[in-house]
Amino acid sequence: MALLQIAEPGQSSAPHQHRLAVGIDLGTTNSLVACVRSGVPIVLPDAEGRPLLPSVVRYRHDAPPQVGYEAQQAAPSDPRNTVSSVKRFMGRGLRDVAYAENLPYDFVDAPGMMQLRTGAGVKSPVEVSAEILSTLRRRAELALSGPLVGAVITVPAYFDDAQRQATRDAARLAGIPVLRLLNEPTAAAIAYGLDTGAEGVFAVFDLGGGTFDISVLRLSKGVFEVLATGGDTALGGDDFDHRLFCWVLEQANLSLLGPEDTRLLSGRARAAKELLSSRTQATIQARLSDGKWVNLNIARETFVGLTQHLVQKTIDATRRTLRDANCALSAIHGVVLVGGATRMPHLRQAVADFFGQPPLIDRDPDQVVALGAAMQANLLAGNRSAGDDWLLLDVIPLSLGLETMGGLVEKIIPRNATIPTARAQDFTTFKDGQGAIALHVVQGERELVDHCRSLARFELRGLPPMPAGAARVRVRFQVDADGLLSVSASELSSGLEASVIVKPSYGLSDEDITRMLADSIDSASDDRAARMLREQQVEAQRMLEAARSALLTDGDLLSGEERKTIQAAIEDLARTADGDVADAIVAANHALAVATENFAMQRMNRSIRTALSGARIDDVLAPAVRQDPS
Amino acid sequence: MPSSIPEYFALFGFEPRFAIDTDRLTRAYREVLSQVHPDRHARAGAGERRAAMQLASHANEAYQVLKSECARAAYLCRSNGAELEGPGAASVAAAFLEQQMQWREALDAARMANDTAAIASLSREVAAERGRLVERIAQLLDTESDYPGAALAVRSLMFLEKLGAEIERVAADRGEATAAATGK
Repeated sequence: MALLQIAEPGQSSAPHQHRLAVGIDLGTTNSLVACVRSGVPIVLPDAEGRPLLPSVVRYRHDAPPQVGYEAQQAAPSDPRNTVSSVKRFMGRGLRDVAYAENLPYDFVDAPGMMQLRTGAGVKSPVEVSAEILSTLRRRAELALSGPLVGAVITVPAYFDDAQRQATRDAARLAGIPVLRLLNEPTAAAIAYGLDTGAEGVFAVFDLGGGTFDISVLRLSKGVFEVLATGGDTALGGDDFDHRLFCWVLEQANLSLLGPEDTRLLSGRARAAKELLSSRTQATIQARLSDGKWVNLNIARETFVGLTQHLVQKTIDATRRTLRDANCALSAIHGVVLVGGATRMPHLRQAVADFFGQPPLIDRDPDQVVALGAAMQANLLAGNRSAGDDWLLLDVIPLSLGLETMGGLVEKIIPRNATIPTARAQDFTTFKDGQGAIALHVVQGERELVDHCRSLARFELRGLPPMPAGAARVRVRFQVDADGLLSVSASELSSGLEASVIVKPSYGLSDEDITRMLADSIDSASDDRAARMLREQQVEAQRMLEAARSALLTDGDLLSGEERKTIQAAIEDLARTADGDVADAIVAANHALAVATENFAMQRMNRSIRTALSGARIDDVLAPAVRQDPS
Repeated sequence: MPSSIPEYFALFGFEPRFAIDTDRLTRAYREVLSQVHPDRHARAGAGERRAAMQLASHANEAYQVLKSECARAAYLCRSNGAELEGPGAASVAAAFLEQQMQWREALDAARMANDTAAIASLSREVAAERGRLVERIAQLLDTESDYPGAALAVRSLMFLEKLGAEIERVAADRGEATAAATGK
């Protein structure tokens, strides 16, 4: 694909070692890991050749947790300790989870995010997800024979800040450097678009086990531009199973089942649903713990009737998203189906009827997200050369705002804004002499605070005494390329330094993460301290080389003073990196980052000027820019 | 913002004028994003990654402002010292407000009566008025350099954009109601 001319500061086009980067689809039902080999994305199977890893973790009292097929098999006999569909709990409180009463777990309601009591102690959904991610990391490192430089992990496009943050924390816990959180439909579009060379406006309809996303993208000349995204993070194949499960209870006159029977019948309901995708009839048979037999026949039409309202929900969300994208049905070139639940014939039919065209089903709906993530990981790791890459413009799915007087929401960043994005807005005080201002950050589309998700509360204190309405508090929202928010506030009129920066967090503090890391089996078996020191030293060398070559190529942009500051930071890091104090290396690395931030910006400005003037970037960035091929 | 962040027009290599080639703007935006997008700097040091996030955020905001006629005009007014709101901003003429009220009443009536033709005709009328206003703004900004005058016209344009969006919403709702009724 011929693309825009791209310069990658700090990276050379000289041949370098292939950096090991993978894409991970952390799914509600199944998870996958994929990588690019010889230019082709492939899913990495387990030792038995199975590409999927069931997203199921079984905790045991005196043994390490089981993950995947083993855990799945144990689920009916040990339902309380066997966690499946944990993705539904990520970044969620107990009251957010639909029909929690039907789930066999011992929930613990904790502030921010719920937890589960298991045979191995109380576990956060972040820890459960980390077990799945660790298993995939080990699978990848074994297959690729080396440690990963990083991973792209996919999340539903409609995940909010809490759910994204929780996913990032899980990766951190699993020892995976996250190159980027990538929206699942966008990942599918990358895999589809790069494979077929398709151009035009496409809809990606992604119904997974627990989440639904609909994204509208424009594909043109190596640019993937998301026009709008919508969905429901609590709607998926699980809900179709649940409708069928409820039907079974009703038909068999059952009530108040124990966890074992619930697990058993849920499993049977799911199997029947899958069967009904290829047949018109299915049988549900099970022997309950009290010896009673369940024996039911279900016709496809019955199942269609039971779940038609769920299908309608996806179509309604699709209509709204097309409207947000400012896009007529006739403008859609193709509809890509993603997620195992899109195998249901009545869902496919509804999609085809709505769009007036048959959806594209030639791709494996279970694998396409992981493959796209692998391609993006390969790009971000710097394994592709300039001119052979693409640009991804994604959006934020839900509006971000602040609570104002009367419980109303003032939107600061509207949904579907291209990320990264930053917006600032000024607020004022409403009382004379008000010394502090309380800020409540929310996410959602509704006008009332109570109908939106609360992300963070913080206070800006130390305002000088002023009459009502005289203070000017500037609140700045920054959303990064992962879709994660940070908020800062400062008072402008007094020139007084009252300022605060907040990253919303969801029940997991840095201390929690550190404790979990210390608890994890991985860290006990490794010599963690030695590994960390080595990692920091390698990182320091990489940064030193990048900074030195930047000075060589663009040093003329700096004043003598600036240059001296950067030189000093370089020398300090070089000295520290020779030592064996990891914390000191981290600090020196940070100091160099701060010292070079404005320089980096000036260099990027120069590359913008060059690009816009039509000059070839390759001729301007001297080949002296080299990267440590570690 | 640090001084090394260029203002919106300069960022994309444009002169600060209202008349703008939007295709060229889109090309320039993509060119700029290919330089500064955080994906291009994913493996760089923290300083460079932060710089990339800030510049890319800035470029996204700049593109949103420049590609919209209303926002672009407002930006030009503000950069030339003519405020659109707050103390010092001029207020919209009473006659214009009255015209607004009439249009809104007409929209309500058409919606109640389910009068598709009336909604379409209202939409055309508002679009024509909007076109005239944009032409006037272009002249005030690019030819006469009358920024306070332009600021006043931009405020009227803001009202019209809001009204236009409401008319579109009403039309879309009706379209969907029809689609649902015909089973589409």
